[in-house]
Amino acid sequence: MLSTNTYKIPISMDQRPETLLDQARWLLAERAAETAVVLIEHENEQRLSYTEFFTGAARFAGALEAAGVRPGDLVVLVLQHGEPVLSGFWGALLLGAVPSIFSFLTDKLDRARYFDSVRQMVEHSGVRVVIASPDLHAPLTEHLSGIESLAAVLNLEAISGNQAAVSETQLQEYLHRHAAQADDTAFLQHSSGSTGLQKGVMLSHRSVLNQVASYSAAINLTPEDVVVSWLPLYHDMGLIAGFIMPILQGIPLILMSPFQWVRDPKILLWAIHRHRGTLCWLPNFAYNFLATRVRPAALNDLDLSSLRAVINCSEPVYAESHRAFLEQYAYYGFRETALATCYAMAENTFAVTQSVLGTAPRFDAVDRRALMEDRRAVPVEGDVAAMTFVSCGQPIPNCEIKIVDEQRQPLPERAVGEIALRSTFMLSGYYRRPEATTDVMAAGWYFTGDMGYMAAGELYITGRKKDLIIVGGKNVYPQDIENLLNDIPGLHPGRAVAFGIFNEQLGTEDIAIVAEADAEDPEARADIMREIRGRVAQSTDVMARYVHLVGAKWLIKTSSGKVARRANREKFLSEVLNKSPEQR
Amino acid sequence: MREQLRDYIKAHMIKDTTYPLKDTEPLITGGLVDSFSLVELALFIEEKFGVHFDDPELTADNMDTLNQIMANIEAKQ
Repeated sequence: MLSTNTYKIPISMDQRPETLLDQARWLLAERAAETAVVLIEHENEQRLSYTEFFTGAARFAGALEAAGVRPGDLVVLVLQHGEPVLSGFWGALLLGAVPSIFSFLTDKLDRARYFDSVRQMVEHSGVRVVIASPDLHAPLTEHLSGIESLAAVLNLEAISGNQAAVSETQLQEYLHRHAAQADDTAFLQHSSGSTGLQKGVMLSHRSVLNQVASYSAAINLTPEDVVVSWLPLYHDMGLIAGFIMPILQGIPLILMSPFQWVRDPKILLWAIHRHRGTLCWLPNFAYNFLATRVRPAALNDLDLSSLRAVINCSEPVYAESHRAFLEQYAYYGFRETALATCYAMAENTFAVTQSVLGTAPRFDAVDRRALMEDRRAVPVEGDVAAMTFVSCGQPIPNCEIKIVDEQRQPLPERAVGEIALRSTFMLSGYYRRPEATTDVMAAGWYFTGDMGYMAAGELYITGRKKDLIIVGGKNVYPQDIENLLNDIPGLHPGRAVAFGIFNEQLGTEDIAIVAEADAEDPEARADIMREIRGRVAQSTDVMARYVHLVGAKWLIKTSSGKVARRANREKFLSEVLNKSPEQR
Repeated sequence: MREQLRDYIKAHMIKDTTYPLKDTEPLITGGLVDSFSLVELALFIEEKFGVHFDDPELTADNMDTLNQIMANIEAKQ
């Protein structure tokens, strides 16, 4: 066994294995007894060494193989956060199958709609096997019946309940079972697309390992690092930064469930304290959440000085959120220089840019008028209205960015346009969606749909195309919400609009819905609002904070007859939100 | 106490002080309160009424209506 001080990060700009399976074999040889992951559940901690971790994976590989899984088959995991989802993922990898983690059913979601969305995905992608948690096994089996590609819906209980030990020989056998190629698809990440159009982002072994090498270089990953995460694994930030990268690099991962973290956010801080965590990735809202939702009485003797970076990623970054977090946690040893930012997406495996660790990210104050009217980010001089953007840092090694106009022609420094990227870790395509792939990829570039500008080598994000709303790190497409409302009795069909409004207190966007209705009776209006809120929550798992009913012809339409989201948002802000109830 | 809670939800969770929020209306499954707001609501209850909820108690099964929340508060007083 190597001791920590001689251990070198195995995947770097100079060297990397060909496939994830090569790396698994290496880890088992070199890191067998070291900590792979510590799972935190309420008061309990479960530590898994690399041997234990891959033994768990081999058990799942056995169950999947018995169910008929062959190399290249799709395996979907519908499991709560915990050891089985990690083992199931690697179990499929060991067989050369392609795993993908699907988001789990929550309290708010409507069960039937959730099962329908699983069915749609399983059917469209030709999934071979689904592994379901015990409570979802029966209903999922029923909902997924009659799908030709599907060989089995496996009950997790039957797999983890199998006490037959996996022998050292069997473990080795599974580790050498499949000879993967670098360009084979390693796994799918489900990119947030509008509902029903969830796209499976195909990532090759080569892409994943190139990303791990480049991103590790960008954050100067060392053998002393300890990653602490509560992030969901069906999202790129959680899957790559909070699972794949630390496992492949042989450094400890301290993992807890997002459901538990939301109810009790201090568990993240105490996990950092106990394990001397050095790296943590958070969406912007989590900075506000941690700054305001943890009782100081619960923080006696907390020490966060081990953190060298808390990296803000996956939502627009707000300086105010960083400030609130720093104000609350500086006392506990958190350093301002540990604030960091990153811009990432599943289509690039994960990271695109990263701020320099050890220095707080730059701010750029630009002229509001020039930005809105000329689409140029002009640094403010003197006393003019400004907007401040936080830098997302520089492109990570082997990743290039260009800013382009609507014809996809390059724009100069400080011009606002669409962000396009090219890297050695891009998607191979969207699984079984060639048309979606050609829409966004051309001549080796991926067109992100996000808007931003470059200044002094650093990227600043100014907005999202397609009016995307990001609520607590979750992407929500307004057209999906609007489509849900079409057949609500009492609403004018096609005359509802959804958009995002930034909530300063929470550090994320709120969903607002404005819809035309004739009803005047307050109870009848309340019933319509109840229906709207209920449908949104049960279908998208986010709440619509503002639901506002207006009379006929209130909404502004475009010349082509579509609801104009931005114009209606402006109208709502000026005519409704910024007035008292009596003035409306 | 019930009215303070009702007003708080209307003013802070759904930003609509004129909304006729019922005692039996589902808050979480009805999309008026999400898991983040539920933590906020628990902090408000603790501050105003001195009643503490442990985090595992904050679920839709346990806290989905004003009636349920009130019953939980009263049971703890």
